[in-house]
Amino acid sequence: MANLPLDAPSATRRSRRTGDHERQLIGVRQLSLKNIVAYVFLVALTVYFLTPLYWLALSSTKNNTDLFSSFGLWFAHFNLWENLSRTFTYGNGEYIHWVFNTILYAGVGGLVGTFISVMGGYALAKYPFPGRDVIFTLVLGAVLVPVTTLALPTYLLMSKINLTNTYWAVLLPALLYPTGVFLARVFAADAVPNDIMNAARVDGAGEFRIFWQVALPLMRSGLVTIFLFQFVAIWQNFFLPLVVLSDPSLFPLNLGLATWNFDPASHELLYNLIVTGSFLSVLPLIALFLSLQRYWRAGLTFGSVTG
Amino acid sequence: METPLPSTATAATTTAAEQTRQAAPVALSGRARRFSLRRVGRALVPYVFLAPFLLLFAAFFFLPFLYALDQSLYKVQFNGLGLGPPQVVWVGLANYVKALRDPSFLDGFKRVLLYGVVQIPIMMIVALTLAFLMDSAVIRFRSFFRLAFFLPFAVPGVVAAIMWSFFYSPGSSPIISVTDLLHLPTPSFLGANTVLWSIANISTWLFTGYNMVIFYSALQGIPQEIYESGRLDGLSEVGIALRLKLPLIVPALVLGVLFSLIGTLQLFNEPLILTRLSNSITSTFTPNIYAYNVAFVDTNYYYGGALAVIMGLVTFVFSYGFLRLTRRQSGV
Repeated sequence: MANLPLDAPSATRRSRRTGDHERQLIGVRQLSLKNIVAYVFLVALTVYFLTPLYWLALSSTKNNTDLFSSFGLWFAHFNLWENLSRTFTYGNGEYIHWVFNTILYAGVGGLVGTFISVMGGYALAKYPFPGRDVIFTLVLGAVLVPVTTLALPTYLLMSKINLTNTYWAVLLPALLYPTGVFLARVFAADAVPNDIMNAARVDGAGEFRIFWQVALPLMRSGLVTIFLFQFVAIWQNFFLPLVVLSDPSLFPLNLGLATWNFDPASHELLYNLIVTGSFLSVLPLIALFLSLQRYWRAGLTFGSVTG
Repeated sequence: METPLPSTATAATTTAAEQTRQAAPVALSGRARRFSLRRVGRALVPYVFLAPFLLLFAAFFFLPFLYALDQSLYKVQFNGLGLGPPQVVWVGLANYVKALRDPSFLDGFKRVLLYGVVQIPIMMIVALTLAFLMDSAVIRFRSFFRLAFFLPFAVPGVVAAIMWSFFYSPGSSPIISVTDLLHLPTPSFLGANTVLWSIANISTWLFTGYNMVIFYSALQGIPQEIYESGRLDGLSEVGIALRLKLPLIVPALVLGVLFSLIGTLQLFNEPLILTRLSNSITSTFTPNIYAYNVAFVDTNYYYGGALAVIMGLVTFVFSYGFLRLTRRQSGV
């Protein structure tokens, strides 16, 4: 596991190379039968992957009746504004609470968590010290066994100190992000040269100042990647909030939408709100994906493309 | 500041053992003692950096695990006639024996294993094919395709399940509208035999693009010379992909399968959301759903603790075992 980074060369070198390759091949092979098969496959899968998202966007403009009686992949009466206002006002505006909570959990949790992960990964990469291998093994173990497995005992321990059903119950466990430590270790090893650290020491800088003023700026793009991953992981988390929260005013969006989905008394009336609420809740994530693609790849390849 | 000793500058590259050995003889004069203090301080630096993580790890990983371990050794016992207050008694490993014979728990495991054996290979083959196509210079609009395939990964599992549930229920499904229009038999997505595969479809939809990006990035790391040598050997594009490139990206494949395996064992959100629509999703559908119901619906914390410990160990054994098994081939 330790050698997981896939040793990819930089993306720019590759694309230049592909460019040459492309010029050689286009024209010769472009219209072969094999290519037509490939395009049919690609287009079919594009339809498969994008149709549900298209459906979600489209359906957020429909009222409850049209959701069930009109054709799912085309417009009916345009009811978007009504849906939006009902989504935001239903249940004394609980949806707005959920939006605020999700931003709080994912934003604050992501920021503080990234800082914690980066400090840990930096120490693992840049300092030799007794116990380093043991701690790194712990990090890997925690990557392999998701915290959800331990949600029940976590809940019981929290209830002993009256922590359940508070913001802290979601926020504190969310700060533990072993994948972030793993990534930070790769990024630190890659982006912070020992020579620069030593030069800073010669200039009389303390270790914490070196971390703050030398290492952190060098790891800037790695920081964005880790924040992005942790932000999205917290935004998408469902199991832990489900277990530790019971007060709807503390719910994140996921849990709130799930309770609308399960509400046995009124779910007949809530379908358009569930759809509109779901659509709104994925918009920020999609925006992040579209705007920060480079950082996604850096994280998914475990830091092999640090850009 | 004072002129730093040369050893100060290299301290970070020497081991801590060497540092203490070096520190001992110079701790004589006041000036030297200050340096040795600084060395001791420096030896503590990595621990200070790691302290917040280790604290969180202890609080939300290690401690809950120990607590579940402890709880799992007890159970609530009622008096012979069910009269009087229930008592908590120590039962040793009885909860574990019970779990390993509990058909509800074992059936859940069998179900997720069956699911994994089918869903993971399908998803991996599709993701690999896509990654090869994205890596092939003859395909155009690659960045558009890549993004289209990756986008579902942005959607939380809960929202994906809500969305697909509309595609699965007869009243609202555009798929069923189309099959009706074509006078095809109406597909049943939520029946006893099909609902597991409807859930598998949600996972496939969510994570194929994620795996594709992992494989694609690995392919990008393969040197161009492979192409040339393969072409000189008379291999086709497909031959180059399968014979030359595939073996080189096995580590990425191992990584993808590993995370899918972990996700499969944890399966919870998607089946939970679909329970409203399908009677076939019972409270014992997956091990995680069962453990959740034991703990939070039946409030049997002791048995729930045993299930949590088993789930954690099984997940660890599976993923660690998988890594060991593939270590030789993958060089991971």
